[in-house]
Amino acid sequence: MQQKYYIFIGVLVLAVLAGLFAYPNYFNKSVDFLNHKMSWTLPHFPEKNYILGLDLQGGVSLVYQADLSSVQDKSSAMSGLRDIIERRVNMFGVSEPIVQIQGQDRLSVELPGVTNVQQAIQMIGQTPYLEFDEERTAQETQQILDKMKEVQAASAKKEDITKIANWQMALQNPYFKPTELTGKYLTKATVIFDQTTYKPQIQLKFNDEGAKIFADITGRNIKKPLAIYLDGASIIDTNGDGKIDNQDLYAPTVEDKITGGSAVITSASMSTQTANSIASRLNSGALPVKIGSPISQETVGPTLGSVSLQKSLWAAIYGLIAVVIFMVVFYRFPGLLASLALVIYVALTLAVFKLIPVTLTLAGIGGFILSIGMAVDANILIFARMKEEIKSGKGLSQAIDEGFKRAWPSIRDSNFNSLIVCAILFFVATSFIKGFAFTLALGILVSLFSAIFITRIFLMVFIGRGALWASEKAKWLL
Amino acid sequence: MQFNFTKYSIFYYIISGLLIAATIVSLFMFGLKFGIEFVGGSNMEVSFTKMQSSDSISNALKSFNLGEITVQPTGLNGAVLRFKGVDEATHQQILAELNKLTPTTEKSFEYIGPSIGQELRNKTELAIVLALLAITLYIAFAFRKVSKPVSSWKYGIASLVALFHDVLIPIGVFSILGKFFNVEITIPIVAALLTILGFSVHDTIVIFDRIRENILRRGMGQFEETVNWSLNQTLGRSISTVLTVEFVLVSLYFLGGETLKYFALTLIIGITSGAYSSIFIASPLLVSWYKHSLKKQ
Repeated sequence: MQQKYYIFIGVLVLAVLAGLFAYPNYFNKSVDFLNHKMSWTLPHFPEKNYILGLDLQGGVSLVYQADLSSVQDKSSAMSGLRDIIERRVNMFGVSEPIVQIQGQDRLSVELPGVTNVQQAIQMIGQTPYLEFDEERTAQETQQILDKMKEVQAASAKKEDITKIANWQMALQNPYFKPTELTGKYLTKATVIFDQTTYKPQIQLKFNDEGAKIFADITGRNIKKPLAIYLDGASIIDTNGDGKIDNQDLYAPTVEDKITGGSAVITSASMSTQTANSIASRLNSGALPVKIGSPISQETVGPTLGSVSLQKSLWAAIYGLIAVVIFMVVFYRFPGLLASLALVIYVALTLAVFKLIPVTLTLAGIGGFILSIGMAVDANILIFARMKEEIKSGKGLSQAIDEGFKRAWPSIRDSNFNSLIVCAILFFVATSFIKGFAFTLALGILVSLFSAIFITRIFLMVFIGRGALWASEKAKWLL
Repeated sequence: MQFNFTKYSIFYYIISGLLIAATIVSLFMFGLKFGIEFVGGSNMEVSFTKMQSSDSISNALKSFNLGEITVQPTGLNGAVLRFKGVDEATHQQILAELNKLTPTTEKSFEYIGPSIGQELRNKTELAIVLALLAITLYIAFAFRKVSKPVSSWKYGIASLVALFHDVLIPIGVFSILGKFFNVEITIPIVAALLTILGFSVHDTIVIFDRIRENILRRGMGQFEETVNWSLNQTLGRSISTVLTVEFVLVSLYFLGGETLKYFALTLIIGITSGAYSSIFIASPLLVSWYKHSLKKQ
């Protein structure tokens, strides 16, 4: 007998936690207010952001088709391509770029917040990104290191790092800064061999403009290191571990001003093969696999994204209110309980979105909104049954039991069917439909829980054996 | 009060028959306008400082050879332009040209290459076929215990007929909207159509479940009365469920913004049609079929 009260309290606690997790803003503001007024130190509820798709936060999405016809090991070629493009877009200063391999030979690049598509496309596809970086002053280095610490501290606390002033600074290399000299000025790269050691070297030739810039840079950096990067990483493997990563830095010291417009890259551990591949990459101006221009492109302005988000949220809120009014008018007290269960449903689903986390797109929100309308269906089925049972003269608690029992096969069959359709959509279709199918399926599962388990507990606690409900006066409520 | 749903079934068949005939005629005459997701092309949403007519836009962009440019006005001073696929450089030139006309802000731009379009079409077709197959199998499975007086596969066929009815009618509406208002079949609309598949069966299943239960309870004599009785019992639920879903959809249609607008419209039409067909088509079909087989005997 007492058990149902424990479960009831458990459900309420779960609902409040889910609600706070889904939308902690007001709670945390009140905490701040109280802490300020009473000088308490109440803790904040942990904040976690929803992950929004490009259509809601604005940005660029590009899909490339790689030409793998001349490649033997296709999957490693694709992951190599992904790594390089990932490094290139990271240099772009995007907060959370997503570079993914799609299927066999497609690469999708998502750049949230970027609006200059032309620059992004150039950056990704065309020039090999050769950079010559000079040393920063000690002061600049310190500033960037400080900023990095600040951003790291913020992200450890799960705060929004984009709110920190000049947060992009933390993405920069603290020790070197780019000069004007890039791969744009390169005319030719050749592999030559050292006269005495016979080690391979890469010789870079610049055009006239590049030669002038190079002379200028070497002139102002005498006795200082000059770092050379290709696509955001060291141009060669300097520590000899067979791969190029953050551990490598190729930064020879400038001995004297170089005026001839040519530079030589040398390394004791560089094989002829590596030298050849770097040189050919520099010459072809291309990625390890040819990708051409994007086969699909989507750009969403930042205002459109946030407007869409606002609009769909308002649509959800008004829809929810309409459903609640309808349920209360049509089903009275049980309808009120079902509405409460529906509100808990919304909180739970939003919390699950954050927990998993689900990338919310317009389609996903559409699926979610639809599921709000569908979530009460199970309740409607149950209540309709309950009313019939009451009409046929059964006692209240028996009518509740019968209502649930008899409605269950229909609820199971129809929801199972919707889940099948969602599963097919999810596995077969494209990303828009995937987002929709996923949130709809999630909504159906959570709604089964809320409509059956939560509403039932509510009914048992509030109506179960109350003498009040048996009286004639209260009958209209049911 | 009991309503005799099956008494006028001929009348309902005629209404639905006419609607479906109209859909087919419209499909033959106007066809469907597919969005760039399926055929490739560019889609550009802009907002102007001063609203431009579609003629002046088409004229301004004439030199780009963009094929047929469709301009669909959105809101007070915005428009969605659709034209053939262009690269990023041309895209920027087009934007500059529009800016000469009147200061223009670009809200979104989408380009889909022809190969992706073809692929999407294939994928979508596969999804539809699989969904139909799975639903039919599921219904046949769910009703395997009911074989008298109407065998279980007939329930399956009746719900499939209702299903086609519910999907065809919104398609017909979009064929007309496409012809006269340049509304295209886009991915969200396909998603909505596939949801209708699930939802329409949802409705039919609840009614058929009740028929199944009543046959088990009351025996299998008087099949027509049993069907009517079941329809009357489930009517309240059918109306309530459809209304709650329609509430959120109508709210989405009016408030939800451009992308979700036609998605909501498709669902509104399909779900309304689904509620209608479950009651007035699928269930009466069972009765007609039963009567027909009685006559044969």
